[in-house]
Amino acid sequence: MARFGRALERRLPAIVVSPLFAASLFFVYGFIVWTAYISLTRSGVMPNYEFDGLSQYVRLWETPRWYVAIRNLFVFSGLFISISMAIGILLAILLDQKVRIEGVIRTIYLYPMALSFIVTGTVWKWMLNPGLGLERLMHQAGFENFSFDWLVNSHYAIYTVVIAAVWQSSGYAMALFLAGLRSVDDEVLKAAAIDGAGLWRTYTGIVLPMLRPVFLSTIIILAHLAIKSFDLVIALTGGGPGYATDMPATFMYSFAFQRSELGVAAASATMMLMTVIAIIVPYLYSELRKTSG
Amino acid sequence: MSGRHTSGIVQRRGLHHSLMRAVLFAVLGVFCIYYLIPLLVMISTSLKSLTEIREGSLISLPKEFDFSAWEKAWNSACVGVRCNGLAPYMWNSVMMTVPAVAISTILGALNGYALTKWRFRGADTIFALMLFGAFIPFQVILLPMARVLGQLGLAGTIPGLILVHTVYGLAFTTLFFRNFFIGVSSGIIQAAKVDGAGFFGIFFRLVLPMSLPAIVVTVIWQFTQIWNDFLFGVAFTIGDSNPVTVALNNVVNTSTGVKEYNVDMAAAIIAALPTLAVYVVAGAWFVRGLSAGAVKG
Amino acid sequence: MHICKAMMAAVSVAGALSASAARADGTVEVLHWWTSGGEAKAVGELKKAFEAEGGEWIDSPIAGGGGDAAMTALRARVVAGNPPTAVQLKGPGIQEWAEQGALNDVQSVADEGNWDSVLPPALAEIMKYQGKYVAAPVNIHRVDWMWANPEALKKAGVEEMPTTWDEFNAAADKLQAAGIVPLAHGGQPWQDATLFEDVVLGIGGADFFRKALVELDPEALTSDMMVKSFDQLRKLRGYVDPNFSGRDWNLATAMVMRGEAGFQIMGDWAKGEFLAAGKVPEQDFLCWPTPGKGFVLNSDSFTLFKVEGEDRIEGQKVLARLIMSPEFQKVFNLAKGSIPARTDVPLDDFDACAKRSHADLLAAIENDTLVPSMAHEMAVPRSVRGEFLDLVTAFFNSDMSSEDAVKQLAAAIKRAQEN
Repeated sequence: MARFGRALERRLPAIVVSPLFAASLFFVYGFIVWTAYISLTRSGVMPNYEFDGLSQYVRLWETPRWYVAIRNLFVFSGLFISISMAIGILLAILLDQKVRIEGVIRTIYLYPMALSFIVTGTVWKWMLNPGLGLERLMHQAGFENFSFDWLVNSHYAIYTVVIAAVWQSSGYAMALFLAGLRSVDDEVLKAAAIDGAGLWRTYTGIVLPMLRPVFLSTIIILAHLAIKSFDLVIALTGGGPGYATDMPATFMYSFAFQRSELGVAAASATMMLMTVIAIIVPYLYSELRKTSG
Repeated sequence: MSGRHTSGIVQRRGLHHSLMRAVLFAVLGVFCIYYLIPLLVMISTSLKSLTEIREGSLISLPKEFDFSAWEKAWNSACVGVRCNGLAPYMWNSVMMTVPAVAISTILGALNGYALTKWRFRGADTIFALMLFGAFIPFQVILLPMARVLGQLGLAGTIPGLILVHTVYGLAFTTLFFRNFFIGVSSGIIQAAKVDGAGFFGIFFRLVLPMSLPAIVVTVIWQFTQIWNDFLFGVAFTIGDSNPVTVALNNVVNTSTGVKEYNVDMAAAIIAALPTLAVYVVAGAWFVRGLSAGAVKG
Repeated sequence: MHICKAMMAAVSVAGALSASAARADGTVEVLHWWTSGGEAKAVGELKKAFEAEGGEWIDSPIAGGGGDAAMTALRARVVAGNPPTAVQLKGPGIQEWAEQGALNDVQSVADEGNWDSVLPPALAEIMKYQGKYVAAPVNIHRVDWMWANPEALKKAGVEEMPTTWDEFNAAADKLQAAGIVPLAHGGQPWQDATLFEDVVLGIGGADFFRKALVELDPEALTSDMMVKSFDQLRKLRGYVDPNFSGRDWNLATAMVMRGEAGFQIMGDWAKGEFLAAGKVPEQDFLCWPTPGKGFVLNSDSFTLFKVEGEDRIEGQKVLARLIMSPEFQKVFNLAKGSIPARTDVPLDDFDACAKRSHADLLAAIENDTLVPSMAHEMAVPRSVRGEFLDLVTAFFNSDMSSEDAVKQLAAAIKRAQEN
């Protein structure tokens, strides 16, 4: 009996984790498989389980709007993740210089994360709209030649989405990095100072490399926000002008729920997940090997 | 493990130093403005009368303060055929958010603890597989989830919504706790094991009390995500049990009729107050909590 | 005055209905996206009438994106096996759901109320699946309306309302010369498509409209007439102010109200906006059909989903009967700005624009120039409509040539149809 108890005790961690793991297998991977299967059928208004081969993929790759969505995802994610990280690191380092009102400033940087885009989308729309916001304000202030019409320009509208997204998330990145900086041992900095390393060298050469796990968390959080960016696009541009700011998430939603083309939507979702797997999995793999040690 | 309060390696004195400080504060100040402007526009709009909004620039300051929009948003704005404002829906959101946050946080803690302190074969693979769940777009799982909820008899109910949020929050809560526990020295736990303490004994008596920082971080994240969710709320609840984001959307998104921007903005701020409060109150612990588990491996 | 009448009418309806039906309990849960202003009031009338019959009304409003959010919820609900009793759902969407076996029919109520004889045939067809009514229409909106500010027109020297697109262009040029935005427009795909279909009607006439936008005849879609339509759309693009992108339609209406813009081309829900601002038709603003001498039909309806239980099925029947009662059709449409779906309701209390709409509707039925709206989901499946919207909005927001637009449109429609 005691032996059984000990054996049970040894397995307990696995026993505790397995139902949760099973749940995520079912709710994540099960549903992915379901989606992948639907992408191989002629599902329209409702799911239909009759196999139909790759026709939905052919359809998808013949749709010009899909190419716009894909391109936007890469442009947006690239800019959004790198700018948010850069601002996050910069602000974290600055805030870490014994700033007295740090608490207040930190809260100001962080609060956008607390607001959903259903809330802030309208305001951003006003501020970026040339006829209502910034441009008009500058004209009224006497700068007649000031022009900022990205929101209504098909080629630049995607960058306004980046601006609003960075606004929302860079504070959170700052918090993650600030926390990372705080946990770096003082001794490390002192040693660097004794070695005569400059400010720049100390951070780029010594401190930042120590923050590897922070980069992992930050990239995962930002990447997840980028891939799922949906509310943001809907609230700010509605995918427009035209469909110039469409993203895979909005593309999928509009095909599944506006157009009753579940098959195409599922195909786009599958493509999207495959892209995510291709990028994230190697990264996770290499990072986890380094950090779990 | 617990860091210093502030580090700061710019220590030199003199003119150069003052100049650096000035630049430092200038940069910090500029970013403060960038982050604050949208909120200020919202607040100022909510305090204007509708006539003033129509006539003036949308982003100018109000000429006189008018709180009627706030009152209307809270208890008399129309959501469909009912005109009770947002107040009843706030309660729905609380009823959904609190249990969902609590359950997903506790399960995340258990997961993180088991995956790091009781390393068993395949622990890393399991973690990676669970983490990938964070990337699945919610639009994809809407229909299969609806079917599952229907079969469980939870369709259109708040418990159903709690289940959904718990399941899809697990990836993040596990990530946060795993990163935290990896930084916690295994020595104490080894000692406790030697003393004969079991899995749950160690978890409840030793691990949970010391993971307050990680709990703060996780709770803030989950609270924000779940409170602000719209898609699950709209798909998995019915009318009276809608969370506040759905009600807000109904107030703000009129397809016809006069847009009352002041009420919209007031409603938007009211809907965001709980999350704002969480950030302000727990903000100080937040960075401390993050730093406690961020580095080391 | 107007509102006063509407209210009195509401009271009398409620009275009349509760007197006629001794007791008819039943429950309905109604999914709709009429969450505000005149629309919410209009739904409120239906609720009142339903409750006056002793039934219980559960309200499920979901606003946003012209019903996109509501459609998302609807799918989730049906998949979960828990559909609402009645859904604000229209056009070929009704057939799509009917094909899934997701609807209940109310043919018995329709027989009793003799729906066939009081609805425009084109509309009745849309409400039926396999010859049985599965939905009840609440109103008729006209899409091919042009709203104008008479003062702005006067200032620019425009004397008469245009009856062809060439005349419209001439008027717009005068407005532009006078420093007034000729066309108030919001750059959202459905608004672009509204312009597009009104242009097609004016250039090609009702028969061409039907061939190209309803029957999707490839020859019509690639014809010169289509190229000409895109040319005219391109002209209209030049009459729009630079900040139109993403603008809501009601803000465009406000531009006409304030005299910043001369015209707006929009369905008659725009009238509600004028009336709400206290403007008087034919005096402060003009309503005039867009060129083409047709009638582009848009109609809202409640579709009845397959629910179980005596209580709910009874509720569906009561609801269907109420929706089609002349009293309700009148009260509802006074609040909403549209005209009754029943053609036999007297329009004495309605305004001049509504009366004109009704007269034109009857004429259009007579002359066979009544066409269902493509932009407003009355003509083609949502998948095909989506392709139209994508292409038209891409054309409107770029410098694509009309020839290219026609080619791409035909290809896109073909893709959507093959599916």
